[in-house]
Amino acid sequence: MKATFEKLMLLDRRWVFLALAVVGVASYSLKDFQVPILVTNESRQIFAAIDELEEGATIFLSIDYDPNSLAELHPMTYAIMEHAFRRGVRIVITSLSTNGPGMADEAIRAIADSVRIDREYNGVMYPGREVVNGVDYAFLGYKPYPAIVILAMGQDFRIPFPADYYGTPLEELPLMENVRNLSSTECVIVITGTNIADMWLAYGQARQGFPLAFGLTGVSTAQYYPYLNSGQLFGLLGGMLGAAEYEQLADNPGLALDGMRVQLFLHWTIIIFIVIGNVGFFVTRKRRGAGGNV
Amino acid sequence: MKRQLPFFLVFVFGAFMAIQYFVPHKTSEAIYEFFIDILPIIGVFALALGIWSLTKVSVDKIRYRRENWQYAIFTLLGLFLMILFGFTDENWGFHWRMSPEVAGEGTDNPNFRLLFNYVMIPIQATMFALLAFFIASASYRAFRARNLLATLLLIAALILMLRFTPFFGDWIGLRLSETATWLMNVPNTAAQRAIVMGVGLGLVATALKVVLGIERDYMGRG
Repeated sequence: MKATFEKLMLLDRRWVFLALAVVGVASYSLKDFQVPILVTNESRQIFAAIDELEEGATIFLSIDYDPNSLAELHPMTYAIMEHAFRRGVRIVITSLSTNGPGMADEAIRAIADSVRIDREYNGVMYPGREVVNGVDYAFLGYKPYPAIVILAMGQDFRIPFPADYYGTPLEELPLMENVRNLSSTECVIVITGTNIADMWLAYGQARQGFPLAFGLTGVSTAQYYPYLNSGQLFGLLGGMLGAAEYEQLADNPGLALDGMRVQLFLHWTIIIFIVIGNVGFFVTRKRRGAGGNV
Repeated sequence: MKRQLPFFLVFVFGAFMAIQYFVPHKTSEAIYEFFIDILPIIGVFALALGIWSLTKVSVDKIRYRRENWQYAIFTLLGLFLMILFGFTDENWGFHWRMSPEVAGEGTDNPNFRLLFNYVMIPIQATMFALLAFFIASASYRAFRARNLLATLLLIAALILMLRFTPFFGDWIGLRLSETATWLMNVPNTAAQRAIVMGVGLGLVATALKVVLGIERDYMGRG
């Protein structure tokens, strides 16, 4: 028995990699397996903020991530944008991450396609409709140096973005007629996995005082809880679980609820490895204590 | 003069921006907006310097056949192809800026999208996905209940990982989820708040040292 644990303690890491790969791929194919999601208050706040808005209200969404965090953060973008468009809420969108605009543009097109179809959410039927650029949304695109861009958008969107991503002057977009700066929108939602979140807090929310919420990667979520408690953030979506909570609230199962199944089984695989490692550690420690040679 | 002028400028602009924050007068706001307008122009010079520096380093690497010089070819190809596609449309017409009247130009150029969607996105996603494997391997080797603090950390991590598991039934599932929320909202917030306060005070001290000319390393030692 001890010899077995000693062997396990020295297990080549490639076996761990293989186990994860097999479990990940296998669990993805278990399409009927549902992961129960208990919605947290911080996710519910973001959903409620959009759900309670009047038709025609405007929110601001910043898609500030690169393709490296696409798997975790794209589901949030999809869920929030589809929810807003279905409710008739208009969105001003930017992407302050270097490689973000291409992904943001793809996401807008995909969601616009999805909104064309009649769908029922939470017992309410939403007829399909055309989402029009400049009327239902304005995609302002990317400008370098996020801190400066955030400061400028706090004054006027037209300072950093005289024209939108597609080259149309902002003055010609009907949506932007009454939208001057970040404070003219109902709330600001930032989806990011980088320190751009700190810039939004310091140069955006602290200066202008607008309602701000974050959608963050799982690893960076913990460090923003103090801002939630201080009231600087009104909501927080943490990683794929946060996106899955939003999808559940919106009654729109998508990429995140699908991904949670894989995450659940991968977490269990990691937990099993940790337990084996710890049992092995205690068994071999006892032996070391008894004068064994491990 | 070569050193004193930059110190003087840093002091004037640094002090102005600090004071301006507390002065909601329209003149102060106008000057603030003017500074915001010129900041990106300064930033563009840094961007140009970055492109020049990357090109020079890569060209030198290829010219002198330094270690892994072959990668530098792909660096330069990626850099200049993306710039080229960004300035052209699908018929290779050149445009200084995107316009809604011309289809398939700039970031809408099919070649640009091809490189972005099928090279850039998979490369970055793959690099990040590899982290999951290394984290799993590292936790297997390093997550040991060696002492009280390590055991507490281990238990907290397990609770957070188990909070959405369906295998324990509703009652335990709910308790796990509540405990995970408490862990994030109370002990985590307390620790993070202490870190944020420390970092914030450190930033203020460093900013003051730079504005007052005590910290001069950013000027180089020449």
